[in-house]
Amino acid sequence: MSEQEYTPTSKAGKWFNDRLPLLTLGKHLTDYPTPKNLNYWWTFGGILTFCLITQIVTGIVLAMHYVAHADLAFASVEHIMRDVNYGWLIRYIHSNGASMFFLAVYIHIFRSLFYGSYKSPREVIWIIGLMIYLLMMAAAFMGYVLPWGQMSFWGATVITNLFSAIPLVGDSITTWLWGAYSVDNPTLNRFFSLHYLIPFLILGLVVLHIWALHVPGNNNPVGIDIKKPSKDTVPFHPYITIKDAFALLVFMIIFAGFVFFTPNVLGHSDNYIPANPLVTPAHIVPEWYLLPFYAILRSVPDKLGGVILMFSAIFILFVLPWLDTSKVRSAVFRPIYRQFFWILVIDVLMLGYVGAMPAEGIYLVLARVGTIYYFLHFIVVMPIVGYLEKTDPIPMSISEPVLSGGAEPSIARKVNDKA
Amino acid sequence: MSKEEKKVNRRDFLFTASYTVGAVGVGAVIWPMIDQMNPDKAQQALATTEVDISSIEPGKSITVLWRGKPVFLKRRTSEEIAEARAVNLDDLPDPQKDEDRVKSGKDEWLVMLGVCTHLGCVPLKDKGDYNGWFCPCHGSHYDVSGRIRKGPAPTNMEIPKFEFVNNNTIKIG
Repeated sequence: MSEQEYTPTSKAGKWFNDRLPLLTLGKHLTDYPTPKNLNYWWTFGGILTFCLITQIVTGIVLAMHYVAHADLAFASVEHIMRDVNYGWLIRYIHSNGASMFFLAVYIHIFRSLFYGSYKSPREVIWIIGLMIYLLMMAAAFMGYVLPWGQMSFWGATVITNLFSAIPLVGDSITTWLWGAYSVDNPTLNRFFSLHYLIPFLILGLVVLHIWALHVPGNNNPVGIDIKKPSKDTVPFHPYITIKDAFALLVFMIIFAGFVFFTPNVLGHSDNYIPANPLVTPAHIVPEWYLLPFYAILRSVPDKLGGVILMFSAIFILFVLPWLDTSKVRSAVFRPIYRQFFWILVIDVLMLGYVGAMPAEGIYLVLARVGTIYYFLHFIVVMPIVGYLEKTDPIPMSISEPVLSGGAEPSIARKVNDKA
Repeated sequence: MSKEEKKVNRRDFLFTASYTVGAVGVGAVIWPMIDQMNPDKAQQALATTEVDISSIEPGKSITVLWRGKPVFLKRRTSEEIAEARAVNLDDLPDPQKDEDRVKSGKDEWLVMLGVCTHLGCVPLKDKGDYNGWFCPCHGSHYDVSGRIRKGPAPTNMEIPKFEFVNNNTIKIG
Protein backbone atom coordinates (compact mmCIF):
# COMPACT_ATOMS: atom_id res chain seq x y z
CA MET A 1 0.00 0.00 0.00
CA SER A 2 1.12 3.51 -0.60
CA GLU A 3 2.93 5.19 2.27
CA GLN A 4 1.19 8.53 2.06
CA GLU A 5 1.02 10.48 5.31
CA TYR A 6 -2.42 11.19 6.60
CA THR A 7 -3.41 13.14 9.71
CA PRO A 8 -7.01 12.99 10.90
CA THR A 9 -8.52 16.39 11.55
CA SER A 10 -10.19 15.56 14.86
CA LYS A 11 -8.16 15.11 18.03
CA ALA A 12 -9.91 11.84 18.89
CA GLY A 13 -9.31 10.60 15.37
CA LYS A 14 -5.62 11.41 15.61
CA TRP A 15 -5.38 9.72 19.03
CA PHE A 16 -6.95 6.55 17.64
CA ASN A 17 -5.10 6.64 14.33
CA ASP A 18 -1.74 6.88 16.09
CA ARG A 19 -2.57 3.61 17.86
CA LEU A 20 -4.35 1.79 15.01
CA PRO A 21 -4.13 3.53 11.63
CA LEU A 22 -7.59 2.48 10.47
CA LEU A 23 -8.35 6.03 9.34
CA THR A 24 -5.21 6.03 7.23
CA LEU A 25 -6.43 2.79 5.65
CA GLY A 26 -9.84 4.34 5.03
CA LYS A 27 -8.22 7.38 3.45
CA HIS A 28 -6.08 5.12 1.28
CA LEU A 29 -9.17 3.23 0.10
CA THR A 30 -11.18 6.34 -0.78
CA ASP A 31 -8.30 8.17 -2.44
CA TYR A 32 -6.88 5.08 -4.16
CA PRO A 33 -5.92 6.30 -7.65
CA THR A 34 -7.84 4.31 -10.24
CA PRO A 35 -7.39 4.39 -14.03
CA LYS A 36 -10.12 6.60 -15.39
CA ASN A 37 -10.82 4.33 -18.35
CA LEU A 38 -12.09 1.32 -16.34
CA ASN A 39 -15.14 -0.13 -18.08
CA TYR A 40 -18.04 -2.10 -16.62
CA TRP A 41 -16.10 -5.37 -16.78
CA TRP A 42 -14.11 -3.92 -13.87
CA THR A 43 -17.16 -3.70 -11.62
CA PHE A 44 -17.22 -7.42 -10.89
CA GLY A 45 -14.68 -7.18 -8.07
CA GLY A 46 -17.18 -5.16 -6.08
CA ILE A 47 -20.01 -7.44 -7.18
CA LEU A 48 -18.05 -10.48 -6.00
CA THR A 49 -17.44 -8.89 -2.61
CA PHE A 50 -21.18 -8.36 -2.38
CA CYS A 51 -21.77 -12.02 -3.31
CA LEU A 52 -19.38 -13.24 -0.62
CA ILE A 53 -20.99 -11.09 2.08
CA THR A 54 -24.46 -12.20 0.95
CA GLN A 55 -23.49 -15.86 1.14
CA ILE A 56 -21.92 -15.43 4.58
CA VAL A 57 -24.89 -13.53 6.03
CA THR A 58 -27.58 -15.82 4.59
CA GLY A 59 -25.44 -18.85 5.44
CA ILE A 60 -25.11 -17.87 9.10
CA VAL A 61 -28.87 -17.41 9.19
CA LEU A 62 -29.56 -20.79 7.56
CA ALA A 63 -27.20 -22.50 10.02
CA MET A 64 -29.48 -21.27 12.82
CA HIS A 65 -32.23 -23.57 11.48
CA TYR A 66 -30.41 -26.33 9.63
CA VAL A 67 -29.61 -29.68 11.23
CA ALA A 68 -26.50 -31.46 9.93
CA HIS A 69 -27.67 -35.02 10.45
CA ALA A 70 -28.43 -37.61 7.81
CA ASP A 71 -31.86 -38.33 9.34
CA LEU A 72 -32.87 -34.72 9.88
CA ALA A 73 -31.09 -32.59 7.25
CA PHE A 74 -33.67 -32.95 4.46
CA ALA A 75 -36.56 -32.30 6.84
CA SER A 76 -34.79 -29.32 8.36
CA VAL A 77 -34.39 -27.75 4.92
CA GLU A 78 -38.10 -28.25 4.28
CA HIS A 79 -38.71 -26.77 7.74
CA ILE A 80 -36.72 -23.72 6.63
CA MET A 81 -38.81 -23.49 3.45
CA ARG A 82 -42.19 -23.84 5.17
CA ASP A 83 -41.97 -22.81 8.83
CA VAL A 84 -39.14 -20.37 9.39
CA ASN A 85 -40.09 -16.72 8.92
CA TYR A 86 -38.80 -15.72 5.45
CA GLY A 87 -36.87 -19.02 5.40
CA TRP A 88 -37.86 -19.60 1.77
CA LEU A 89 -36.41 -16.20 0.84
CA ILE A 90 -33.17 -16.68 2.72
CA ARG A 91 -32.59 -20.17 1.34
CA TYR A 92 -33.38 -19.10 -2.24
CA ILE A 93 -30.99 -16.15 -1.90
CA HIS A 94 -28.30 -18.52 -0.64
CA SER A 95 -28.78 -21.21 -3.30
CA ASN A 96 -29.14 -18.76 -6.20
CA GLY A 97 -26.43 -16.63 -4.62
CA ALA A 98 -23.97 -19.45 -5.27
CA SER A 99 -24.85 -19.37 -8.96
CA MET A 100 -24.63 -15.59 -9.12
CA PHE A 101 -21.28 -15.77 -7.35
CA PHE A 102 -19.93 -18.11 -10.01
CA LEU A 103 -21.47 -16.10 -12.85
CA ALA A 104 -19.64 -13.04 -11.54
CA VAL A 105 -16.38 -14.88 -10.93
CA TYR A 106 -16.34 -16.30 -14.46
CA ILE A 107 -16.85 -12.84 -15.93
CA HIS A 108 -14.12 -11.57 -13.59
CA ILE A 109 -11.70 -14.31 -14.70
CA PHE A 110 -12.39 -13.85 -18.41
CA ARG A 111 -12.01 -10.08 -17.94
CA SER A 112 -8.57 -10.81 -16.59
CA LEU A 113 -7.81 -13.12 -19.51
CA PHE A 114 -8.90 -10.55 -22.09
CA TYR A 115 -7.10 -7.55 -20.66
CA GLY A 116 -4.03 -9.46 -19.46
CA SER A 117 -4.59 -8.61 -15.82
CA TYR A 118 -2.77 -11.79 -14.76
CA LYS A 119 0.49 -10.60 -16.32
CA SER A 120 3.44 -9.00 -14.57
CA PRO A 121 3.33 -7.31 -12.10
CA ARG A 122 -0.02 -8.83 -11.06
CA GLU A 123 0.79 -12.55 -10.98
CA VAL A 124 0.23 -12.82 -7.21
CA ILE A 125 -3.21 -11.20 -7.48
CA TRP A 126 -4.08 -13.75 -10.15
CA ILE A 127 -2.82 -16.71 -8.11
CA ILE A 128 -4.66 -15.61 -4.96
CA GLY A 129 -7.74 -15.20 -7.12
CA LEU A 130 -7.41 -18.77 -8.38
CA MET A 131 -7.08 -20.00 -4.80
CA ILE A 132 -10.31 -18.18 -4.00
CA TYR A 133 -11.91 -19.83 -7.04
CA LEU A 134 -10.79 -23.28 -5.87
CA LEU A 135 -12.17 -22.64 -2.38
CA MET A 136 -15.41 -21.40 -3.95
CA MET A 137 -15.80 -24.67 -5.81
CA ALA A 138 -15.13 -26.65 -2.63
CA ALA A 139 -17.64 -24.55 -0.68
CA ALA A 140 -20.26 -24.79 -3.41
CA PHE A 141 -19.86 -28.56 -3.72
CA MET A 142 -20.15 -29.13 0.03
CA GLY A 143 -23.06 -26.72 0.28
CA TYR A 144 -24.91 -28.67 -2.40
CA VAL A 145 -24.51 -31.81 -0.27
CA LEU A 146 -26.12 -30.29 2.83
CA PRO A 147 -29.83 -30.54 1.83
CA TRP A 148 -29.24 -34.31 1.64
CA GLY A 149 -31.37 -34.84 -1.42
CA GLN A 150 -30.66 -37.36 -4.16
CA MET A 151 -28.33 -35.01 -6.08
CA SER A 152 -26.58 -34.09 -2.83
CA PHE A 153 -25.91 -37.67 -1.94
CA TRP A 154 -24.88 -38.91 -5.37
CA GLY A 155 -22.92 -35.78 -6.20
CA ALA A 156 -20.98 -36.30 -3.00
CA THR A 157 -20.48 -39.96 -3.86
CA VAL A 158 -19.18 -39.22 -7.37
CA ILE A 159 -16.88 -36.34 -6.37
CA THR A 160 -15.36 -38.10 -3.37
CA ASN A 161 -14.83 -41.19 -5.51
CA LEU A 162 -12.59 -39.07 -7.76
CA PHE A 163 -9.95 -39.50 -5.08
CA SER A 164 -10.19 -43.28 -5.30
CA ALA A 165 -8.44 -42.94 -8.67
CA ILE A 166 -5.18 -42.17 -6.86
CA PRO A 167 -2.97 -45.27 -7.10
CA LEU A 168 -2.34 -47.38 -3.97
CA VAL A 169 -3.84 -45.04 -1.35
CA GLY A 170 -6.96 -43.92 -3.25
CA ASP A 171 -9.43 -46.13 -1.39
CA SER A 172 -7.98 -45.23 2.00
CA ILE A 173 -8.23 -41.52 1.18
CA THR A 174 -11.84 -41.87 0.06
CA THR A 175 -12.76 -43.76 3.23
CA TRP A 176 -10.97 -41.08 5.25
CA LEU A 177 -12.96 -38.35 3.46
CA TRP A 178 -16.19 -40.19 4.18
CA GLY A 179 -15.48 -41.15 7.79
CA ALA A 180 -17.51 -44.23 6.91
CA TYR A 181 -17.61 -46.88 4.19
CA SER A 182 -19.86 -44.77 2.01
CA VAL A 183 -21.16 -41.21 2.00
CA ASP A 184 -23.00 -41.17 5.31
CA ASN A 185 -23.78 -39.11 8.38
CA PRO A 186 -20.10 -38.46 9.28
CA THR A 187 -19.56 -37.14 5.75
CA LEU A 188 -22.51 -34.78 6.02
CA ASN A 189 -21.34 -33.54 9.41
CA ARG A 190 -17.82 -32.70 8.31
CA PHE A 191 -19.04 -31.15 5.06
CA PHE A 192 -21.22 -28.81 7.11
CA SER A 193 -18.29 -27.87 9.31
CA LEU A 194 -16.04 -27.18 6.30
CA HIS A 195 -18.80 -25.43 4.39
CA TYR A 196 -19.04 -22.98 7.30
CA LEU A 197 -15.26 -22.56 7.48
CA ILE A 198 -14.37 -21.98 3.82
CA PRO A 199 -16.17 -18.64 3.30
CA PHE A 200 -14.05 -17.13 6.05
CA LEU A 201 -10.89 -18.48 4.41
CA ILE A 202 -12.14 -16.87 1.20
CA LEU A 203 -12.72 -13.61 3.05
CA GLY A 204 -9.10 -13.67 4.27
CA LEU A 205 -7.85 -14.34 0.75
CA VAL A 206 -10.05 -11.54 -0.60
CA VAL A 207 -8.26 -9.14 1.75
CA LEU A 208 -4.91 -10.37 0.39
CA HIS A 209 -6.28 -10.21 -3.19
CA ILE A 210 -7.21 -6.54 -2.73
CA TRP A 211 -3.99 -5.77 -0.85
CA ALA A 212 -1.97 -7.29 -3.68
CA LEU A 213 -4.07 -5.27 -6.14
CA HIS A 214 -3.33 -2.02 -4.36
CA VAL A 215 0.44 -2.48 -4.69
CA PRO A 216 0.68 -2.11 -8.50
CA GLY A 217 -2.82 -0.62 -8.86
CA ASN A 218 -5.53 -1.63 -11.31
CA ASN A 219 -4.84 -2.85 -14.80
CA ASN A 220 -7.05 -1.08 -17.33
CA PRO A 221 -8.65 -1.71 -20.74
CA VAL A 222 -5.64 -0.26 -22.55
CA GLY A 223 -3.34 -2.38 -20.42
CA ILE A 224 -0.48 0.09 -20.17
CA ASP A 225 1.34 1.15 -17.02
CA ILE A 226 0.21 4.46 -15.62
CA LYS A 227 1.67 6.89 -13.16
CA LYS A 228 -0.45 7.29 -10.05
CA PRO A 229 -1.78 9.62 -9.17
CA SER A 230 -1.79 11.48 -12.46
CA LYS A 231 -4.19 12.84 -15.04
CA ASP A 232 -4.80 9.21 -15.99
CA THR A 233 -6.33 8.37 -12.64
CA VAL A 234 -9.37 9.32 -10.60
CA PRO A 235 -9.89 8.75 -6.85
CA PHE A 236 -11.72 5.51 -6.06
CA HIS A 237 -14.39 7.47 -4.25
CA PRO A 238 -16.72 8.74 -5.61
CA TYR A 239 -15.88 7.82 -9.21
CA ILE A 240 -15.49 4.06 -8.92
CA THR A 241 -17.84 3.56 -5.98
CA ILE A 242 -20.73 5.08 -7.91
CA LYS A 243 -19.92 3.06 -11.03
CA ASP A 244 -19.62 -0.14 -8.95
CA ALA A 245 -22.86 0.70 -7.17
CA PHE A 246 -24.73 1.11 -10.43
CA ALA A 247 -23.39 -2.17 -11.83
CA LEU A 248 -24.23 -3.86 -8.52
CA LEU A 249 -27.82 -2.64 -8.75
CA VAL A 250 -28.21 -4.11 -12.24
CA PHE A 251 -26.66 -7.35 -10.98
CA MET A 252 -29.05 -7.40 -8.01
CA ILE A 253 -32.03 -7.01 -10.32
CA ILE A 254 -30.98 -10.13 -12.23
CA PHE A 255 -30.25 -11.88 -8.92
CA ALA A 256 -33.69 -10.94 -7.58
CA GLY A 257 -35.24 -12.13 -10.84
CA PHE A 258 -33.92 -15.62 -10.17
CA VAL A 259 -34.80 -15.56 -6.46
CA PHE A 260 -38.40 -14.40 -6.90
CA PHE A 261 -39.43 -15.78 -10.28
CA THR A 262 -37.42 -18.92 -11.07
CA PRO A 263 -35.70 -19.91 -7.81
CA ASN A 264 -35.22 -23.54 -8.84
CA VAL A 265 -34.32 -23.16 -12.50
CA LEU A 266 -30.59 -23.52 -11.82
CA GLY A 267 -31.03 -26.46 -9.45
CA HIS A 268 -32.02 -30.03 -10.16
CA SER A 269 -35.48 -31.30 -9.22
CA ASP A 270 -34.02 -34.64 -8.05
CA ASN A 271 -32.59 -32.81 -5.07
CA TYR A 272 -36.12 -32.49 -3.69
CA ILE A 273 -36.12 -36.28 -3.26
CA PRO A 274 -34.54 -37.36 0.04
CA ALA A 275 -31.16 -39.08 -0.27
CA ASN A 276 -31.46 -42.79 -0.95
CA PRO A 277 -28.24 -44.85 -0.85
CA LEU A 278 -29.99 -47.67 -2.75
CA VAL A 279 -31.06 -45.78 -5.87
CA THR A 280 -28.94 -43.56 -8.12
CA PRO A 281 -30.83 -40.95 -10.21
CA ALA A 282 -30.83 -41.74 -13.93
CA HIS A 283 -28.81 -38.66 -14.86
CA ILE A 284 -26.28 -37.21 -12.44
CA VAL A 285 -25.15 -33.67 -13.21
CA PRO A 286 -23.24 -31.19 -11.09
CA GLU A 287 -24.33 -27.58 -10.71
CA TRP A 288 -23.94 -25.60 -13.93
CA TYR A 289 -20.78 -23.80 -12.84
CA LEU A 290 -18.84 -27.06 -12.59
CA LEU A 291 -20.05 -28.52 -15.88
CA PRO A 292 -17.00 -27.65 -18.06
CA PHE A 293 -14.74 -29.53 -15.68
CA TYR A 294 -17.22 -32.39 -15.52
CA ALA A 295 -17.11 -32.59 -19.33
CA ILE A 296 -13.31 -32.77 -19.24
CA LEU A 297 -13.48 -35.52 -16.61
CA ARG A 298 -15.84 -37.61 -18.71
CA SER A 299 -14.01 -37.04 -21.98
CA VAL A 300 -11.14 -39.29 -20.88
CA PRO A 301 -11.78 -43.03 -21.11
CA ASP A 302 -9.54 -43.70 -18.12
CA LYS A 303 -10.40 -43.16 -14.45
CA LEU A 304 -7.08 -41.74 -13.25
CA GLY A 305 -6.48 -39.88 -16.55
CA GLY A 306 -9.85 -38.12 -16.33
CA VAL A 307 -9.24 -37.00 -12.77
CA ILE A 308 -5.74 -35.74 -13.57
CA LEU A 309 -6.94 -33.86 -16.64
CA MET A 310 -9.82 -32.26 -14.74
CA PHE A 311 -7.56 -30.96 -11.98
CA SER A 312 -4.95 -29.92 -14.55
CA ALA A 313 -7.56 -27.79 -16.27
CA ILE A 314 -7.63 -25.61 -13.16
CA PHE A 315 -4.00 -25.85 -12.11
CA ILE A 316 -2.72 -24.87 -15.55
CA LEU A 317 -4.21 -21.45 -14.88
CA PHE A 318 -1.73 -20.98 -12.01
CA VAL A 319 1.21 -20.88 -14.45
CA LEU A 320 -0.65 -18.79 -17.02
CA PRO A 321 1.40 -15.63 -16.31
CA TRP A 322 4.49 -17.55 -17.48
CA LEU A 323 2.81 -19.29 -20.43
CA ASP A 324 1.80 -15.96 -21.92
CA THR A 325 4.87 -14.59 -23.67
CA SER A 326 3.33 -11.39 -25.02
CA LYS A 327 4.76 -8.07 -23.88
CA VAL A 328 1.37 -6.43 -24.47
CA ARG A 329 -1.29 -6.90 -21.81
CA SER A 330 -4.59 -5.90 -23.34
CA ALA A 331 -6.15 -8.03 -26.08
CA VAL A 332 -7.41 -4.73 -27.52
CA PHE A 333 -3.96 -4.43 -29.17
CA ARG A 334 -3.51 -8.16 -29.87
CA PRO A 335 -5.47 -8.96 -33.06
CA ILE A 336 -4.53 -12.67 -33.13
CA TYR A 337 -4.82 -13.46 -29.44
CA ARG A 338 -8.17 -11.67 -29.38
CA GLN A 339 -9.60 -14.26 -31.76
CA PHE A 340 -8.21 -17.15 -29.76
CA PHE A 341 -9.67 -15.59 -26.62
CA TRP A 342 -13.16 -15.76 -28.07
CA ILE A 343 -12.55 -19.31 -29.27
CA LEU A 344 -11.65 -20.19 -25.66
CA VAL A 345 -14.86 -18.56 -24.40
CA ILE A 346 -16.91 -20.55 -26.90
CA ASP A 347 -14.92 -23.69 -26.07
CA VAL A 348 -15.61 -23.39 -22.32
CA LEU A 349 -19.31 -22.67 -22.97
CA MET A 350 -19.48 -25.72 -25.24
CA LEU A 351 -17.77 -27.87 -22.60
CA GLY A 352 -20.36 -26.65 -20.13
CA TYR A 353 -23.13 -27.61 -22.49
CA VAL A 354 -21.87 -31.11 -23.25
CA GLY A 355 -21.14 -31.58 -19.52
CA ALA A 356 -24.89 -31.38 -18.96
CA MET A 357 -25.61 -33.89 -21.74
CA PRO A 358 -25.19 -37.69 -21.60
CA ALA A 359 -21.57 -38.79 -22.17
CA GLU A 360 -22.23 -40.55 -25.47
CA GLY A 361 -22.26 -40.05 -29.24
CA ILE A 362 -21.67 -36.54 -30.55
CA TYR A 363 -21.49 -35.09 -27.03
CA LEU A 364 -18.51 -37.26 -26.21
CA VAL A 365 -16.78 -36.21 -29.44
CA LEU A 366 -17.44 -32.55 -28.72
CA ALA A 367 -16.21 -32.97 -25.15
CA ARG A 368 -12.96 -34.45 -26.42
CA VAL A 369 -12.42 -31.75 -29.03
CA GLY A 370 -13.23 -29.10 -26.44
CA THR A 371 -10.87 -30.59 -23.90
CA ILE A 372 -8.03 -30.79 -26.39
CA TYR A 373 -8.54 -27.19 -27.46
CA TYR A 374 -8.72 -26.02 -23.85
CA PHE A 375 -5.25 -27.35 -23.14
CA LEU A 376 -3.84 -26.37 -26.54
CA HIS A 377 -4.97 -22.81 -25.91
CA PHE A 378 -2.84 -22.50 -22.80
CA ILE A 379 0.10 -24.75 -23.63
CA VAL A 380 0.58 -23.97 -27.33
CA VAL A 381 -1.46 -20.96 -28.47
CA MET A 382 -0.55 -18.54 -25.71
CA PRO A 383 3.25 -19.00 -25.80
CA ILE A 384 3.45 -19.05 -29.60
CA VAL A 385 0.96 -16.27 -30.38
CA GLY A 386 2.60 -14.08 -27.75
CA TYR A 387 5.91 -14.65 -29.47
CA LEU A 388 4.91 -14.28 -33.11
CA GLU A 389 2.00 -11.86 -33.04
CA LYS A 390 2.44 -8.37 -34.46
CA THR A 391 0.57 -6.22 -31.96
CA ASP A 392 -1.20 -2.97 -32.73
CA PRO A 393 0.48 0.28 -31.65
CA ILE A 394 -0.09 1.07 -28.01
CA PRO A 395 -1.09 4.58 -26.93
CA MET A 396 1.37 6.60 -24.88
CA SER A 397 -1.15 7.19 -22.10
CA ILE A 398 -4.69 6.16 -21.37
CA SER A 399 -5.79 9.76 -21.73
CA GLU A 400 -5.40 9.49 -25.50
CA PRO A 401 -8.07 6.85 -26.20
CA VAL A 402 -10.28 8.13 -23.40
CA LEU A 403 -10.29 11.69 -24.72
CA SER A 404 -10.84 10.55 -28.27
CA GLY A 405 -13.94 8.63 -27.30
CA GLY A 406 -13.09 5.10 -26.19
CA ALA A 407 -10.60 2.29 -26.01
CA GLU A 408 -11.65 0.85 -29.36
CA PRO A 409 -8.58 -0.47 -31.14
CA SER A 410 -9.28 1.38 -34.38
CA ILE A 411 -9.56 4.73 -32.69
CA ALA A 412 -6.54 4.10 -30.52
CA ARG A 413 -4.53 3.14 -33.55
CA LYS A 414 -5.61 6.20 -35.49
CA VAL A 415 -4.61 8.44 -32.64
CA ASN A 416 -1.33 6.64 -32.45
CA ASP A 417 -0.68 6.99 -36.16
CA LYS A 418 -1.20 10.73 -36.00
CA ALA A 419 1.24 11.04 -33.12
CA MET B 1 -24.35 34.02 -2.08
CA SER B 2 -26.59 32.84 0.75
CA LYS B 3 -29.50 32.74 -1.68
CA GLU B 4 -27.67 30.27 -3.87
CA GLU B 5 -26.73 28.05 -0.92
CA LYS B 6 -30.35 27.62 0.09
CA LYS B 7 -31.49 26.75 -3.39
CA VAL B 8 -32.26 23.03 -3.71
CA ASN B 9 -30.73 21.88 -6.91
CA ARG B 10 -31.17 18.77 -8.99
CA ARG B 11 -28.21 17.03 -7.41
CA ASP B 12 -29.57 17.49 -3.85
CA PHE B 13 -32.86 16.01 -4.96
CA LEU B 14 -31.14 13.03 -6.58
CA PHE B 15 -29.02 12.41 -3.49
CA THR B 16 -32.00 12.50 -1.16
CA ALA B 17 -34.10 10.33 -3.45
CA SER B 18 -31.27 7.79 -3.84
CA TYR B 19 -30.56 7.58 -0.13
CA THR B 20 -34.25 7.19 0.64
CA VAL B 21 -34.78 4.39 -1.86
CA GLY B 22 -31.53 2.81 -0.69
CA ALA B 23 -32.60 2.94 2.96
CA VAL B 24 -35.96 1.34 2.15
CA GLY B 25 -34.20 -1.38 0.16
CA VAL B 26 -31.70 -2.11 2.91
CA GLY B 27 -34.51 -2.21 5.46
CA ALA B 28 -36.53 -4.60 3.31
CA VAL B 29 -33.53 -6.93 3.16
CA ILE B 30 -32.59 -6.65 6.83
CA TRP B 31 -36.08 -7.33 8.19
CA PRO B 32 -36.27 -10.98 6.95
CA MET B 33 -32.81 -11.57 8.45
CA ILE B 34 -34.10 -10.35 11.83
CA ASP B 35 -37.58 -11.88 11.68
CA GLN B 36 -36.19 -15.32 10.90
CA MET B 37 -35.07 -15.50 14.54
CA ASN B 38 -38.63 -15.04 15.84
CA PRO B 39 -40.64 -18.20 16.69
CA ASP B 40 -41.35 -20.04 13.46
CA LYS B 41 -44.62 -21.67 12.48
CA ALA B 42 -43.61 -24.97 14.07
CA GLN B 43 -43.17 -23.16 17.39
CA GLN B 44 -46.37 -21.17 17.00
CA ALA B 45 -48.22 -24.44 16.44
CA LEU B 46 -47.34 -25.42 20.02
CA ALA B 47 -48.98 -22.30 21.44
CA THR B 48 -51.88 -24.07 23.19
CA THR B 49 -51.92 -27.00 25.60
CA GLU B 50 -54.98 -28.85 26.88
CA VAL B 51 -54.79 -30.34 30.37
CA ASP B 52 -57.02 -33.00 31.99
CA ILE B 53 -57.64 -31.85 35.58
CA SER B 54 -60.12 -34.50 36.64
CA SER B 55 -57.69 -36.43 38.80
CA ILE B 56 -56.28 -33.55 40.86
CA GLU B 57 -57.35 -33.74 44.54
CA PRO B 58 -58.01 -30.56 46.58
CA GLY B 59 -54.76 -29.21 48.01
CA LYS B 60 -52.68 -30.86 45.29
CA SER B 61 -51.09 -29.38 42.21
CA ILE B 62 -49.59 -30.51 38.93
CA THR B 63 -47.09 -28.91 36.60
CA VAL B 64 -47.50 -28.99 32.83
CA LEU B 65 -45.32 -27.69 30.02
CA TRP B 66 -46.71 -24.87 27.86
CA ARG B 67 -44.48 -23.12 25.28
CA GLY B 68 -41.48 -24.71 26.96
CA LYS B 69 -42.34 -23.23 30.34
CA PRO B 70 -43.88 -24.88 33.42
CA VAL B 71 -47.47 -23.98 34.31
CA PHE B 72 -48.65 -24.72 37.85
CA LEU B 73 -52.26 -25.91 38.18
CA LYS B 74 -53.24 -25.96 41.85
CA ARG B 75 -56.62 -27.05 43.18
CA ARG B 76 -56.78 -25.03 46.37
CA THR B 77 -58.69 -25.96 49.51
CA SER B 78 -61.27 -23.56 50.92
CA GLU B 79 -58.86 -22.74 53.78
CA GLU B 80 -56.17 -21.75 51.29
CA ILE B 81 -58.60 -19.59 49.35
CA ALA B 82 -59.72 -17.92 52.58
CA GLU B 83 -56.09 -17.33 53.55
CA ALA B 84 -55.29 -15.76 50.17
CA ARG B 85 -58.30 -13.44 50.41
CA ALA B 86 -57.64 -12.37 53.99
CA VAL B 87 -54.40 -10.64 53.05
CA ASN B 88 -54.33 -6.86 53.32
CA LEU B 89 -53.49 -5.51 49.85
CA ASP B 90 -51.27 -2.84 51.42
CA ASP B 91 -48.91 -5.58 52.54
CA LEU B 92 -48.26 -6.68 48.96
CA PRO B 93 -45.35 -5.37 46.86
CA ASP B 94 -47.51 -5.94 43.75
CA PRO B 95 -51.09 -5.44 45.04
CA GLN B 96 -53.61 -7.72 43.34
CA LYS B 97 -56.77 -9.37 44.67
CA ASP B 98 -56.87 -13.16 44.71
CA GLU B 99 -60.24 -12.91 42.93
CA ASP B 100 -58.50 -11.26 40.00
CA ARG B 101 -56.10 -14.17 39.64
CA VAL B 102 -58.71 -16.90 39.19
CA LYS B 103 -61.80 -17.41 37.06
CA SER B 104 -64.88 -16.52 39.10
CA GLY B 105 -66.89 -19.58 39.98
CA LYS B 106 -63.75 -21.68 39.61
CA ASP B 107 -62.00 -20.09 42.55
CA GLU B 108 -60.29 -23.30 43.63
CA TRP B 109 -58.22 -23.45 40.43
CA LEU B 110 -55.05 -21.38 40.41
CA VAL B 111 -53.41 -21.58 36.97
CA MET B 112 -50.18 -19.66 36.74
CA LEU B 113 -46.86 -19.58 34.96
CA GLY B 114 -44.40 -21.40 37.23
CA VAL B 115 -41.68 -18.91 36.49
CA CYS B 116 -40.18 -16.61 39.11
CA THR B 117 -40.55 -13.01 37.94
CA HIS B 118 -37.05 -12.24 39.17
CA LEU B 119 -34.79 -14.12 36.74
CA GLY B 120 -36.86 -17.01 35.47
CA CYS B 121 -36.18 -19.95 37.81
CA VAL B 122 -38.96 -22.41 38.72
CA PRO B 123 -40.13 -21.85 42.34
CA LEU B 124 -40.59 -24.83 44.69
CA LYS B 125 -44.11 -25.59 45.91
CA ASP B 126 -45.20 -25.70 49.57
CA LYS B 127 -42.09 -23.80 50.60
CA GLY B 128 -41.31 -20.35 51.91
CA ASP B 129 -42.72 -18.13 54.65
CA TYR B 130 -46.17 -17.67 53.08
CA ASN B 131 -47.48 -21.20 52.59
CA GLY B 132 -47.01 -20.90 48.82
CA TRP B 133 -43.90 -21.07 46.64
CA PHE B 134 -40.26 -20.30 47.25
CA CYS B 135 -37.68 -19.63 44.55
CA PRO B 136 -34.36 -21.26 45.46
CA CYS B 137 -32.31 -19.12 43.11
CA HIS B 138 -32.49 -15.77 44.91
CA GLY B 139 -34.97 -16.30 47.74
CA SER B 140 -38.31 -14.92 46.55
CA HIS B 141 -41.34 -15.96 48.63
CA TYR B 142 -44.79 -16.28 47.00
CA ASP B 143 -48.09 -16.79 48.81
CA VAL B 144 -50.85 -19.30 48.11
CA SER B 145 -52.17 -17.03 45.39
CA GLY B 146 -48.72 -16.85 43.72
CA ARG B 147 -48.21 -13.23 44.73
CA ILE B 148 -44.77 -11.99 45.63
CA ARG B 149 -44.42 -11.30 49.37
CA LYS B 150 -40.69 -11.12 50.11
CA GLY B 151 -37.48 -11.20 48.12
CA PRO B 152 -36.11 -9.65 44.92
CA ALA B 153 -38.87 -10.62 42.46
CA PRO B 154 -40.72 -7.47 41.29
CA THR B 155 -44.18 -8.86 40.44
CA ASN B 156 -46.60 -11.68 41.12
CA MET B 157 -46.25 -14.87 39.13
CA GLU B 158 -47.99 -14.39 35.79
CA ILE B 159 -51.43 -15.77 35.02
CA PRO B 160 -51.49 -17.07 31.44
CA LYS B 161 -54.46 -16.86 29.12
CA PHE B 162 -56.55 -19.97 29.79
CA GLU B 163 -60.13 -21.21 29.71
CA PHE B 164 -62.19 -24.13 30.94
CA VAL B 165 -63.14 -26.23 27.93
CA ASN B 166 -65.38 -28.26 30.27
CA ASN B 167 -65.33 -29.16 33.94
CA ASN B 168 -62.42 -31.55 33.49
CA THR B 169 -60.29 -29.78 30.88
CA ILE B 170 -58.34 -26.55 30.87
CA LYS B 171 -56.92 -25.09 27.67
CA ILE B 172 -53.86 -22.93 28.23
CA GLY B 173 -52.92 -20.37 25.60
